[in-house]
Amino acid sequence: MRARTLILAACVLLLAAMPALATLLGQPFYIDLLRRVMIFAIAAASLNLILGYGGLVSFGHAAYLGVGGYAVGILAFYGVHNGWLQWAVAIVASALVALAIGAVSVRTRGIHFIMITLAFTQMLYYLGVSVEEFGGDDGMRLKAKSRFSGLIDLDDPVAFYYLVLVLLLAVIYLVHRLVNSRFGMVLRAAKSNEARSRAIGFSPYPYQLTAFVISGALCGLAGALLANHTAYITPAFMEWTRSGEIMFMVILGGMGTVPGPALGAFALLIVEDLLAGWTQHWQIVLGPLLVLSVLFFRRGLAGLLPGGGRNG
Amino acid sequence: MAEAILDARGLRKSFGALAATDGVDLDLREGETHAIIGPNGAGKTTLISQLAGNLRPDAGSIRFAGEDVTRLSAPQRAKMGFARSFQITSIYRDFTALDNVALAVQAHAGHSFRFWRPARAERALRDPARAVLEEVGLGARADVLAANLAHGEQRQLEVAMALATRPRLLLLDEPVAGMGLEESQRMVQFLAGLKGKRSIILVEHDMDAVFTLADRISVLVYGRIIASGAPTEVRANPEVRRAYLGEES
Amino acid sequence: MNLILVFEQLLNGVQFGVMLFLMAAGLTLVFGIMNLVNLAHGSLYMVGAYLTVAAVQWTGSYPLGVLLGLLGTLVVGMLVEVVALRTLYERDHLDQVLATFGLILFFNELIAIVWGRAALYTSLPSYLQGFIEIIPGSIYPVYRALVIGVGLLVGAVLWYVVAKTRLGMLIRAGASNRTMVAALGVNIRLLYTVVFGFGAALAGLAGLMAGPIYAVQPGMGELILIQVFVVIVIGGIGSIRGALVGALIVGMVDTLGRAFLKPLLGHVISPPAADAAGPALASILIYLLMALVLAARPEGLFPAKSG
Repeated sequence: MRARTLILAACVLLLAAMPALATLLGQPFYIDLLRRVMIFAIAAASLNLILGYGGLVSFGHAAYLGVGGYAVGILAFYGVHNGWLQWAVAIVASALVALAIGAVSVRTRGIHFIMITLAFTQMLYYLGVSVEEFGGDDGMRLKAKSRFSGLIDLDDPVAFYYLVLVLLLAVIYLVHRLVNSRFGMVLRAAKSNEARSRAIGFSPYPYQLTAFVISGALCGLAGALLANHTAYITPAFMEWTRSGEIMFMVILGGMGTVPGPALGAFALLIVEDLLAGWTQHWQIVLGPLLVLSVLFFRRGLAGLLPGGGRNG
Repeated sequence: MAEAILDARGLRKSFGALAATDGVDLDLREGETHAIIGPNGAGKTTLISQLAGNLRPDAGSIRFAGEDVTRLSAPQRAKMGFARSFQITSIYRDFTALDNVALAVQAHAGHSFRFWRPARAERALRDPARAVLEEVGLGARADVLAANLAHGEQRQLEVAMALATRPRLLLLDEPVAGMGLEESQRMVQFLAGLKGKRSIILVEHDMDAVFTLADRISVLVYGRIIASGAPTEVRANPEVRRAYLGEES
Repeated sequence: MNLILVFEQLLNGVQFGVMLFLMAAGLTLVFGIMNLVNLAHGSLYMVGAYLTVAAVQWTGSYPLGVLLGLLGTLVVGMLVEVVALRTLYERDHLDQVLATFGLILFFNELIAIVWGRAALYTSLPSYLQGFIEIIPGSIYPVYRALVIGVGLLVGAVLWYVVAKTRLGMLIRAGASNRTMVAALGVNIRLLYTVVFGFGAALAGLAGLMAGPIYAVQPGMGELILIQVFVVIVIGGIGSIRGALVGALIVGMVDTLGRAFLKPLLGHVISPPAADAAGPALASILIYLLMALVLAARPEGLFPAKSG
């Protein structure tokens, strides 16, 4: 256990030191890259709550990136640049959308749930495409980054980087507390053995729906961050392939583990970046790589760490 | 005379053309151990599932302590005091034995919409769980992963989870299934210790267990109860011998 | 709104529905029998479209091209089954989803490498380019009418095979009890490969028929696949009848919605508002319908009986 904590602590320190290192090496691009990776790590951490710990195979998580992103974008479009307000709306809107979708989908199981979550995300995608006011298919530019009454300037890449890092650690910690609380135990029990849970008196539905909403809300935060990062919001935030990517991050990193989502996000996005640098047809390599990883590497990266990836 | 705590009347359940439960009347008095026996395929697990709330009967009614529970789901009945053990071991394999029982305690210890405090640190959950594990004889194995327990120990865990919910009614589906001689004798002794203190419906194949534990025996054949009464009566019943005990030579 | 326009759109709705049905039938067969979630079903649709375009160009003959395209898709399907999917039967749905997702990326990129990303133009032979008079006074494209005909014919054949033949019986038996069927000496592996190939052929047929009507480009499979999911959720999983009913409903609702929602709305709310809301609402209509069905009947309208 100790070795594991040390390794993870070292990773966090490395992340914290990155901006200085990157500037030293004259490669500010890495600040950008890692910031993007960390934003997706937040999204993956939110999905890990319902997928890794709850066993709900949601193929529609990209929806909340979109809701969060557009919340920020639309408010900015109408001249509201207050970051506190924007991000609060992003989180609440995502929670409400998750509540609406979850209310009808969480009752279903297995393949139904997968298809339904995928379909609803596609619905939001089409909605985004058809609303010309906000750019339709092309999307819209973010007029100005979210303002936080002088506390932090998101136009400063390093300051933004550290904000994302802090938020990532906060979300990971939050998920960690959630899954070990009474609530989390019921969620995990329902995943482990639903019949047994019902027999002792737990009705899984309210807990799973609550987890679904929390998960959506956290991903909405990631969406707000992404909008600020790219300074451009498009329906592509909600593309179904993005949902698949986030799912892969959770699996690759190790489902139902604390460091899993972050590890997965790093691994996937950095591999994608390397491959893209090599050939424009990188997806033809990535596809089979993903297939192979599913077939042979199920325990994920966290399983490689000492302490074996057992959930904490 | 003790009140009937469970009263099932006219239960019917069909799967397509097969009538798994064909008009069953069953009752249980408080503190009684009522065993249900019958050949394979008689429909014993289907009956238990209906009593527990996992299956909706096509017809009939079930009353618990005077209240009609026929329409209630399994979790709802569990909250009223039903506890069930499964014929095929159904525990939380990726949790420790203690976690397993603590979850059962948690289900009956207030609401579970608590999001911050680690459940494993709650003495109110852990202490009663440990006590029940000691009772069934698994005290030393509390921190072992359920998947790593021996089969017999897993069956003990099943029973422990049922007890941890402080039930008013226990539905035990073949508690000693798959256990070796020594283990099943220990389990039978333990269950004997519960006699009079708990109301138990016991489905079993193991005749030694049945005759040691049962105050009353009902014989289920092809979804119907063909005989019901004190163990000595049922043992002597020629129809029963023919349909069931005769195969047991 | 004239009736002829309505009639034409109704037919279009049936035509779209028929194509959705072909896809849904294949997907639900594979899921019902092999318990396999195959996201790459859309890729087979795409392969069908592309192979047919290539075959028609190569042979210069439309019928021959169609035949080759179909056979090609069948072969690709069975290859994929043998090479990549066999190991997935035993795995849980999550693994299947992820692995087939990887296949989608692979196929989309492969097609893009060979044919590029721009939409492909498919030419129809002259005898399929005309119009026919279905009811006096209204004409309808021959090709679309043919699509409807072929689709319904395939549906009838499918029903016959599954309900009345020995193969169909094996398929239904395999669905309910794999080990038993295997114990009876039936080669389950072969059966599965055949069923999968069959499903691939259905997807390929839908794809090649789609060519002249919709855009042929990488990623086309996934766009229709998600609509096929809506069909299956509404119709109920595992049943051919559910697939047909669901497909027709979705096809009609989507087509009629896109055609008439904006003008209809224009009667109720102001035209500029209808201009903005109409298309947006039309594009999400089938998903709202799905949500409604889910709220009322989560198992769908005609779910197959389990076991």
